[in-house]
Amino acid sequence: MIKTCDVAIIGAGPAGANAGIMAASQGCRTIIIDEQAKAGGQIWRAKSAAIKSAPNTPETIDGDRLRASIDASNVTHIANARVWQIERELEKWVLRLIINGRSEKIVSKVLILATGAREYVQPTPGWTLPGVIGLAGATALIKQDLVIPGKKIVVSGTGPLIFYVASEIRRLGGEVSAIVTPNSPVDWMYAIPSMFSRPELLWRGFVWVADLLLSGTPIFWRNVIKQIDGETKVQSVTVSKVNNDWSPLDQKRLIEADSVCIGYGLQAATETSQLSGIDLKHQPELGGWVPEVWENGETAIDGLFVCGDGTGIRGAAAAEIHGKLVGLSAAEIITSNVNFPRSALLTSFRRASRFGMAMTALSIPRKGLQKLTTDKTIMCRCESLRRCDIEHQMEAGAATINAIKSGSRAGMGPCGGKYCQTAIAKLIAEKEHRTEAEIIPPTPRPPLRPVPASELSGEFEYTDLPIPKPAPL
Amino acid sequence: MMRLIPNHTSQIKRAKEISFRFDGQTIKAHQGETILVALMGNGIKHLRDAPVDVKPRGAFCCIGLCQECVVKVDGQLVESCRKIATDGLVVQSLRQ
Repeated sequence: MIKTCDVAIIGAGPAGANAGIMAASQGCRTIIIDEQAKAGGQIWRAKSAAIKSAPNTPETIDGDRLRASIDASNVTHIANARVWQIERELEKWVLRLIINGRSEKIVSKVLILATGAREYVQPTPGWTLPGVIGLAGATALIKQDLVIPGKKIVVSGTGPLIFYVASEIRRLGGEVSAIVTPNSPVDWMYAIPSMFSRPELLWRGFVWVADLLLSGTPIFWRNVIKQIDGETKVQSVTVSKVNNDWSPLDQKRLIEADSVCIGYGLQAATETSQLSGIDLKHQPELGGWVPEVWENGETAIDGLFVCGDGTGIRGAAAAEIHGKLVGLSAAEIITSNVNFPRSALLTSFRRASRFGMAMTALSIPRKGLQKLTTDKTIMCRCESLRRCDIEHQMEAGAATINAIKSGSRAGMGPCGGKYCQTAIAKLIAEKEHRTEAEIIPPTPRPPLRPVPASELSGEFEYTDLPIPKPAPL
Repeated sequence: MMRLIPNHTSQIKRAKEISFRFDGQTIKAHQGETILVALMGNGIKHLRDAPVDVKPRGAFCCIGLCQECVVKVDGQLVESCRKIATDGLVVQSLRQ
């Protein structure tokens, strides 16, 4: 089936949903496509049908408000849909998507990418064991089904997410064995001035940490998980102190655990931007590689906009406002009478960005963290490739991510390189004494998400295949 | 002990129970939750074995990106973190 519209938006998180609501309010026929069952993105992920009732949280309140605004608007929200290809045809954008195994096509004049962020996890010995999940993954389980991944959980990583996850585990009746973070209390002290722009969030963070301290949950500041131990499941984690660049030191401590939630900050999800033809630039303060986008969401390509964390990690509050701004910019292409004051939005966007970027600054992995990836640590989970296998490619002359991919299949597996390419880029930079900004990200290829082969080939009967007559002898 | 974060478990009402089969084992689930969540609730984390080294794997990203939690339903590979469990479903792991 083919649908046409003025503005198509990929992603129904705070940025995409608000962009859509704003564009629709200016009279644009707007479609938002999202892979979840309900709008909200990762930050405001909705509860599943399995939850009949549960106490509200700030996330459920904000999310419900967003979902109600979409329902009250003229936006068409296509849920459970995954965009796997973006093409430019006759000055229009053509999106190919899969909904419940069926194929659909959307043709739009303007395209807004609001695909948010993804998490970085430094490959660590034992990180492939069942029971080890990403911090962001833990938040998905917690928000959607109000479940926690184990009984004795170690929460580890950088930035504020560890305290949110630990606190939610306690709210859902679980036990946090320990919190392990390479950040120091001093790192946090430096962030506090920027956090005063959002006093309610600062207070919430304070309550999380105070509750953990009152409960006697050990918080190991300036520590990392050096290794996750176990044969077929998590049994314990080996924790070690770090120095200033977060290189793990020799001294070790063992903590019993049956599961681990781990993450080292967020990065902009740039695949849709790259596939649409936008150039990337490296901005470490925004989480790494980000698309070339102006503040109003415009790009160098006609009719193409990007908003929210997909332009760099500034957090949900900033994404919400950015979505509105970009929705207005996009509407201007469709209609000449966009009339909405923007200066107040811009001011609040910049203020919210300051908060978000202070959190990003706390979360960005420092160089020494790479030492967690030992010779035999798996880097590419899909193809079970260890650091030594990747280095073997480099010794044979591969100096780019694309070359390593061609030589070893790292990044060619079902995840499409989402969980190995940044770690590999960091490894190349280290080995070649170059900066991360010099290691160009790999060329993205469709499908952006796994697609059933039947969708690519179409439905046919074997007898329908044209078989030419054999050539005469 | 004083808590600033209350324990909400008793206030959470879940949907009615259903059951499905996972590698021949009966798994109880709440209607509307994903296969992954149901398995996790039953303490099952090992969902498949990796290629090459044949080491155990389980869910990692929990949002449908990493493909680590893939299982087989009706001969199709599905992400257990996105596929909703239904009554009587027959699910197979990719453990070797």
